[in-house]
Amino acid sequence: MMEGDTCKCSQRFADVDDLGPLQEILERYRDEKGALIPLLQDAQEAYGYLDEKIMRALAKGAGYQLSQLYGVATFYTQFRLQPIGEHLIRVCHGTACHVAGAELISEEIYNILGIRDGETTPDRKFTVESVMCVGACSLSPIMIVDEDTHGKLKPANVRRVLKKYMGESEEREE
Amino acid sequence: MSGNGRTKLVLGYGTCGIAAGAAAVKEALEREVSAGGYDLDLDIAGCMGFCFREPIVEVFYPDGKSVVYGDLNPKKVPQLLQAAASGEVLEDWVVRRSDDTAAGEGDFLANQHRIVLRNCGNINPESIDEYIAVGGYEAARKALTNMTPEEVIDEVSRSGLRGRGGAGFPTGTKWGFARKARGDQKYLVCNADEGDPGAFMDRSVLEGDPHAVIEGMIIAGYAIGATQGYIYCRAEYPLALKRLEIAITACRERGFLGERIFGTDWNFDIKIKKGAGAFVCGEETALIASIEGKRGMPRPRPPFPANEGLWGKPTNINNVETLAAVSWIIANGGDKYAELGTEKSKGTKVFCLAGKVRRSGLAEVPMGYTLRQVIFDVGGGVREGKEFKAVQLGGPSGGCLPASLLDTPVDYEAITATGAIMGSGGMIVADSSTCMVDLARYFLSFTQAESCGKCVPCRLGTKRMLEILTRICEGKGEPEDLERLEVLAADIKAASLCALGGTAPNPVLTTLKYFRNEYEDHIFNRKCTAGVCPALITVKINQDICTGCGACARICPVEAISGEKKEPHSIDPDTCIRCKLCLSRCPEEAIYAE
Repeated sequence: MMEGDTCKCSQRFADVDDLGPLQEILERYRDEKGALIPLLQDAQEAYGYLDEKIMRALAKGAGYQLSQLYGVATFYTQFRLQPIGEHLIRVCHGTACHVAGAELISEEIYNILGIRDGETTPDRKFTVESVMCVGACSLSPIMIVDEDTHGKLKPANVRRVLKKYMGESEEREE
Repeated sequence: MSGNGRTKLVLGYGTCGIAAGAAAVKEALEREVSAGGYDLDLDIAGCMGFCFREPIVEVFYPDGKSVVYGDLNPKKVPQLLQAAASGEVLEDWVVRRSDDTAAGEGDFLANQHRIVLRNCGNINPESIDEYIAVGGYEAARKALTNMTPEEVIDEVSRSGLRGRGGAGFPTGTKWGFARKARGDQKYLVCNADEGDPGAFMDRSVLEGDPHAVIEGMIIAGYAIGATQGYIYCRAEYPLALKRLEIAITACRERGFLGERIFGTDWNFDIKIKKGAGAFVCGEETALIASIEGKRGMPRPRPPFPANEGLWGKPTNINNVETLAAVSWIIANGGDKYAELGTEKSKGTKVFCLAGKVRRSGLAEVPMGYTLRQVIFDVGGGVREGKEFKAVQLGGPSGGCLPASLLDTPVDYEAITATGAIMGSGGMIVADSSTCMVDLARYFLSFTQAESCGKCVPCRLGTKRMLEILTRICEGKGEPEDLERLEVLAADIKAASLCALGGTAPNPVLTTLKYFRNEYEDHIFNRKCTAGVCPALITVKINQDICTGCGACARICPVEAISGEKKEPHSIDPDTCIRCKLCLSRCPEEAIYAE
């Protein structure tokens, strides 16, 4: 379990119809050269993802072509164009995790949630994604749910870990 | 660090420690110390490198001795505090004792030589005073007040330091180019975009000793004539970013960064740029494009960044580990650094030991140590009595070396001669349960996904190689596939625009060279001897060990397992989908894949 210094507010995002936060972000980088990436990073932090509305407003406000923004946003893995679910599951697929069986961990998550890499469950509860090395190789294989790191996983334990995040209503069908 | 006659407990508080539960231990320590009225000091430090025993606490006694305890959790905290207060040593928990290096895992550190990691785990990385107390910023002061830029470059050249990002270009020479380049403005960039899966030494240094890197940057900036520095750090490293911010702010307050630093008329400041996730940005020209706010795509060189870099100005780019060594070199002298290492590779190199090695963590060793010394003397060998099969060096650009090459020294030229590369320092150990074809496929799937797409050999070549490797793993390999792989690999290496493509075939070439029999097994015998590739394995239950508990039958998603209660079970191979869930569920470890 990882708690403490890391931000826990990942679930509280601004509404994409509220351009107030975006104006602040535009102001922050008004005089900075080549600030396209920080603009996108801050916008994603505020809204959770880069909605088309946000991208259009950013392009207009900062004087970029929309295609420039889209080009950069789709080049880097950090940016997402779709909203994520309530809980974000990141399965590490770094080398150490790979040789420790990360593939089997991912498969078990897909089995349990009925979605594949990069997808979100229809009830918007979970998004699962494969990520590259998170650098905690000694705990491999690892998955990070929201801010909690679960290490030394076995496929057979994945269901038990996920149950904690499934909430009271759904102990999804066994 | 101890002092003031009180016992002090220092908690390892890097990403790996926190992931292993250090935050809960920290909370328990703070709670119990005040609840129990203990007369003890608490502090945090970065990663000591004992990742395999996290969470870790080091107890410093007033007499200067210290004990490191590992595998801690909140429940162990009361006992730990009692022992620390009374001076008793909890032998069972000991990782290392300063007065008995043979105790615990003492030889993990005893076999290392720490220069870059000199302060990691020893000082609080969020305290500039602790860094100054161990001599920090004296090197920068010395360089700026007592040395000319040329003298600084000479000193670094004399040390023999080579770029630790992977390519191994002599740092002094590189600085010389940037010094001589003409321009009204020059830039210094610290490359902290550690993208190799399995490499985390830069993160550990940034989290454990950010000031060492900043000091290196101040010195480098002065040497080449750059007044503005950038640290390009992965956004995936929030703790490193936070500690860098704290360190930079503290430096500005002390007059180590900003205008007229160290009381001279030299100006230097640092900005942090968060990388947004692209492996190719480790390449210099791609990194520059990314700082400029563009897609991180490399461009042909020349012109080299030393002449035309960021915003078209002369730019020098160094890796985190290189810069952390620079401050030590200026403080202790280039000759001292050059005493360590081999003829052409001087000093030390930090490796991230991971995979099937018993002690995974940070290992800094002098160049010239053999791979065997790193993996066995420092790393403690292979886990769980399994047999060593290979070591993967240099991540997706590197290669896999077999046991017969374990006596290869850690030296740029010697490692390159094997077909692998030194790389940034990832060292992943594989045992008999690792399939080398699958590992090659894994790396190719990485480079293929990370190829920026600008040049054809890399964009299409890696895709074709990946397709071939995938079909071999799926049991559909063709006899001609091995030759096809070799031809493609040669073309991609020769014709790619940047090092990403130029080195992408290395994992395939080295496995083809040293583990060809595994490829042949996959293609001709339709067998994966490591029991990894699902299409080529059968999952079986050892009838002699199975107790018939039924746990496997209950977890099997396709009901392929059957048997009477308390009688050995068996798996129907036609129904089994080889998901191996049962393997990890069996309490007796009676289930295996072959």
